[in-house]
Amino acid sequence: MASIPGPDACPPTVRLNYPTAKLSLFLLLSLSSGPHYLIKKDRERKHRKPASKTGLPVWMLGMGAGRWEEDMSHLLALLFRQGVLDEHFMQLQQLQDESSPNFVLEVISIYFRESEKLLRNIRTLLLDRECTDYRKIGVYLNHLMGSSSSIGANLVRNVCVAFRAASEHCNWAGCLRSLAVLEHEYCYLKNKLHELFQIEQQRVLAAGVRYHPLLQ
Amino acid sequence: MQMESSSASSRVESFPIGLRVLVVDDDLTWLKILEKMLRKCSYDVTTCCKARVALDLLRERKDRFDIVISDVNMPDMDGFKLLEHVGLEMDLPVIMMSVDGETSRVMKGVQHGACDYLLKPIRMKELRNIWQHVYRKRIHEVKDMEIHDINDDIHILRSGFENFDDRLFMSTSEMISLRKRKDVDTRDFSDQDLYDSATVKKARVVWSVDLHQKFVNAVDQIGFDKVGPKKILDMMNVPGLTRENIASHLQKYRMYLCRIQKQNEARDFTGNKQPDHSPEDHSVNPGIQNPRTSGGHKSQNIQGLDMIDDFQESELNKQDVLPEKNKKEDVHSQKANNSPQPGPPLHLEAMLPHSDHKQVYPSMSKQKGWHESVLLRQFMQYPKHDHEPFSLLEDHSHPTQTQEPLVSISSNEKEGTEFNIKASVVNRKDRHMKIISTTAYADDSVSTQMEQVNSKEFGATYEHNKLISSKEQHYEQSRVHDLIPPSIYLNTKNEVDLIALPEDLNLPYLQGFGCVENVGFNGMELHQYNSCASLAELQNNWYDEIELNCEYWYDPLEYPLLDECLFA
Repeated sequence: MASIPGPDACPPTVRLNYPTAKLSLFLLLSLSSGPHYLIKKDRERKHRKPASKTGLPVWMLGMGAGRWEEDMSHLLALLFRQGVLDEHFMQLQQLQDESSPNFVLEVISIYFRESEKLLRNIRTLLLDRECTDYRKIGVYLNHLMGSSSSIGANLVRNVCVAFRAASEHCNWAGCLRSLAVLEHEYCYLKNKLHELFQIEQQRVLAAGVRYHPLLQ
Repeated sequence: MQMESSSASSRVESFPIGLRVLVVDDDLTWLKILEKMLRKCSYDVTTCCKARVALDLLRERKDRFDIVISDVNMPDMDGFKLLEHVGLEMDLPVIMMSVDGETSRVMKGVQHGACDYLLKPIRMKELRNIWQHVYRKRIHEVKDMEIHDINDDIHILRSGFENFDDRLFMSTSEMISLRKRKDVDTRDFSDQDLYDSATVKKARVVWSVDLHQKFVNAVDQIGFDKVGPKKILDMMNVPGLTRENIASHLQKYRMYLCRIQKQNEARDFTGNKQPDHSPEDHSVNPGIQNPRTSGGHKSQNIQGLDMIDDFQESELNKQDVLPEKNKKEDVHSQKANNSPQPGPPLHLEAMLPHSDHKQVYPSMSKQKGWHESVLLRQFMQYPKHDHEPFSLLEDHSHPTQTQEPLVSISSNEKEGTEFNIKASVVNRKDRHMKIISTTAYADDSVSTQMEQVNSKEFGATYEHNKLISSKEQHYEQSRVHDLIPPSIYLNTKNEVDLIALPEDLNLPYLQGFGCVENVGFNGMELHQYNSCASLAELQNNWYDEIELNCEYWYDPLEYPLLDECLFA
């Protein structure tokens, strides 16, 4: 639980476990701008962390809790529109329940770990033009396709399909190009999913802070 | 035992709740998701990422699972092979899964005996209905029993009647009564019956090596074309074995042989190609054996069950080995229609009369992908005869596999017949070790570089790794630079501000990661997303970097009204 080190000596409602957290939160609060890299094309989104008169950001006062849900749904809609995610991601989210509250996070962490291994392996295989084992690349790609389909990573999966075609034709240059695209799309997906998790974290925090002594 | 039976009865009463499922898949993401989905369906799930381990689990207790779900593409054992083993040994329904939905693959799955073939991504509703396969199998087993009994009755009655008309009359009435009986059965097939059949667990026959071998002997003696369950049963003369056990086993055996035949034909047709060949086999095959024989050996391997059983049963000693083996080999060649290379296999077999067959099945079942055991499997097809028979299919208390082959070779050597074989085997092993070491080299170089990197964040690690590896292999990269823009960026812009970046590549993210790494997170645990503190730190650093690089700047003057509202 996070403590709120405001300038006033108010009793903290939540506690942090990490010593560096106070400093980081301070820095966070001091920032006047929000993560605008998120809104490259959506300028109308007011995505920032405004501070209240008491020095605390509004979301911490429990009044901006709805914003995070809105943010999350907005981001998800964007990803769906772009074809990065598909309905299997929703199914994954539906699997999460009280018995496994971090299910989605765990699954996606496993996915990242495994996918990166696979991508590394593929890259290693493509190092030498002469003795590239295309069949093995195909095997790795199948694995990656399967994993990506499990979390609903539609775009990564489609790129894998194209890559697989290049590997079946033993086209080294084509494979390298496809690998570049694959890595790029994978990084994009990873970033977006991280954002999603951040928003979720903040939403949980905001939902946790319902009452503030100063407001009562 | 009491607990088991009570849990068994409670499970059965609320069928399909508590269905015991074994999931085998090398993809950890899917394993986790499937486990969760199946738990939500109130099934009892066990997961496994290695096929060998799964087989061991299944063999250790035959009635521990009701159904098996397995992926098709697995590194240590082909999914179809696993399917075969499970079908032959344990007679459990097996569902295959794959990301590949090509008709040929699905057909192959069905041919190998899969009762269903699911396409990834799998939806939860597809998993809800897997109990139908368990149910169907149970019903069919009971019905088979009924039908066999009825058929027998009909035969007896028919043969008893001299008069043709009477016979006809009898047969039609029998048919009517048969149908009536069947209807009654289906109607009566209520929960009570299911309960009985499920708890009684109709003594699943364990087709041990001995039993299977007797079966094969019986089939041989009768003649493959004229064979029938009753004849086999009589010939086998095993107490407690019922006709339907034999019938179902015969059916499986036939399917199995057909498939082997087709494989052999396909192989001969296409030359050296082998559909189910594992990659390790391919790398080791060239050399002493010519391709055809290696193919032959592989097929011998798959049929190893039969051959080894035969050989085992005979318990021959050294002198009788060769002639006996030749005879059996011929029988098998005929039976399996494995005409291509009867010569060479026999020849090699003659060379290795005492190879330790102990290694064959256990090495197959416990093969950890070691080339040695595969290699030696190729050689040591033919069992040792001064060796007491044991149940190959069930003996899994074998310690290790990788060292024993060597030992067995040396013990053979003592008997003074395989000097040249040993030498050649050892040579191949050395060569093979070299092969392993060279392939491992590439991986090692990458992995050691990785270990140098302290960062725990996988994305950053990955990017950083690319940096390092790209630096060290720049001579490669020089060819590759023009093909991989991101590499270029990462290579050249280590510490430099990443300002002019093409927007469409979303490279700020990439660079953000790379930058973050270079700026020096100093081993911060970025992967702990549960902790909001690290999250905050992460955000903090991102803001520092991205602010400088991003093209869109936050303009406080743009939202004056909002500011007033929000600032409480």
